[in-house]
Amino acid sequence: MENARKAKHGWALTLFFTILSVVYILPIVIVVYNSFKSKVWINKTPFALPNEKSFVEFLNYTKGIEKTNFFGAFVVSLFITVISVLLICLCTSMCAWYIARVNSAFSRTFYMLCAFSMIVPFQMVMFTLSKIANMLHCSNPFGIIFVYLGFGAGLAIFMFVGFVKSIPLEIEEAAMIDGCNPLQTFFGVVLPIMKPTMITVAILQAMWIWNDYLLPYLVLDQRKWKTIPIAVQYLKGGYGAVEMGQMMAMLVLAIIPIVIFYLACQKYIIEGVVAGAVKG
Amino acid sequence: MEKTIKKYFPIFALPTAAAFTVFFIIPFIMGVYLSFCSFTTVKDAKLIGFSNYAKIWGDPTFVHALWYTALFSLVAVISINVLAFAVALLLTKGIKGTNVFRTVFFMPNLIGGIVLGYIWQLILNGILARYDLTLTFSEKYGFWGLVILLNWQQIGYMMIIYIAGIQNVPGDLIEAAKIDGATKFQTLKSVTIPMVMPSITICTFLTLTNAFKLYDQNLALTAGAPSDRSELLALNIYNTFYGRNGWEGVGQAKAVVFFILVAVIAIIQLRATRSKEVQQ
Repeated sequence: MENARKAKHGWALTLFFTILSVVYILPIVIVVYNSFKSKVWINKTPFALPNEKSFVEFLNYTKGIEKTNFFGAFVVSLFITVISVLLICLCTSMCAWYIARVNSAFSRTFYMLCAFSMIVPFQMVMFTLSKIANMLHCSNPFGIIFVYLGFGAGLAIFMFVGFVKSIPLEIEEAAMIDGCNPLQTFFGVVLPIMKPTMITVAILQAMWIWNDYLLPYLVLDQRKWKTIPIAVQYLKGGYGAVEMGQMMAMLVLAIIPIVIFYLACQKYIIEGVVAGAVKG
Repeated sequence: MEKTIKKYFPIFALPTAAAFTVFFIIPFIMGVYLSFCSFTTVKDAKLIGFSNYAKIWGDPTFVHALWYTALFSLVAVISINVLAFAVALLLTKGIKGTNVFRTVFFMPNLIGGIVLGYIWQLILNGILARYDLTLTFSEKYGFWGLVILLNWQQIGYMMIIYIAGIQNVPGDLIEAAKIDGATKFQTLKSVTIPMVMPSITICTFLTLTNAFKLYDQNLALTAGAPSDRSELLALNIYNTFYGRNGWEGVGQAKAVVFFILVAVIAIIQLRATRSKEVQQ
């Protein structure tokens, strides 16, 4: 009796959530089919499927790609995200191990400052940061990586230190007694244990850097380099006039890599988010 | 061991410490200093005391943005957390398709703010067009537009954290409550909610700081239209800096006030919800 009722209840819930899920992805579906319609019809009947009159094949895509140099932006975004994440993971994990194992005034101060940096809004430093980046010739996809290292260090150090403190000291001591120097100890013993935290940090930083708009907008020299969010915003033009057809096409192109990445690494992303939230 | 590691300071800690100092600490200190100056570039700064701070309160756009942001954050935090918690409760009942629903609800979180803004501009303008309205017709459409957008983006993220929290509640506690004759609502109120208080702390912290610091979504959805009435604080600060000549000092002073507000709110919120957490 109880079981039968529960199962009935379960089916109702499954049905409810199925409908809700469809509604949830509807905005993206609408954007996708609007990307094949001409501008006039997007404004006139935004929810109608394309028909003979409104269908423009891939015209929005070809024009939009040309105007924003989308593939160039894709390469820039990919380069900045991948290299920054690798650099952040390597440098901050090493630094975090140092902070956790060497009890000095530097370690304590630096750790405090890292925690502090996490609540500072970007607007607080945007002007001075972009001026310094300019002065140091960091207005290119190479330079901006170091800006991300400095600005992303707070969260990463905070999470790595929390993890290193939970690793028993004996393992490292044994390695050192066996004649390993700190570098060998770190890369041979500590780094492999850190792998789960490493994945969490990498995912959180990748999500942030890939989607970041204001920092690259202010730091990069935009005549030469744009990231995907900058390329999308660029379509808006000066006086609020938006070329909606091309905009829809660029939105679709911006979403595709994210969906692929998400479906491929879903398990790690969801676990990473939970682990990140618990530690942060 | 500590001494040996200490010798390796330049390899382990220096790169991160240098990047963090150059791209976070120095811009932060310079930012605080510049808020007391009149300047157009970093080099021509002249100390002028508190007059930038005095000017802030004479700027009606800032006072408006402050209230608009506060109200927006309040509505967004409550709606996101209530809905995310409700969905998490239903999705921990073991119904069919739970994994698919989780995947769908989490997905919008990976899409960047700029792209999200334009997706919802299309959808909301499409709906409002039926009543001969647009998002930029009045500040209240921008307000509710942003609330809907942020709910769509963040419910999935918070839901994941709540699910992890709910799954950690020991089964025998729920069982014991049932044996004692507690109703479902009583169990929820007196057992489940106190036990998931750490998740509630994290989720309210994340949603509150995210909502308060929101920039990209605001820029893409309405860009502050009509005439700066739907401007959140972050966008107001940006526009003061880069939109008005001679107001750089005021912009920087606003940023300092903004930082202090975020810090104070974060600390109060953490204190308030932490005090309700129970030891397991």
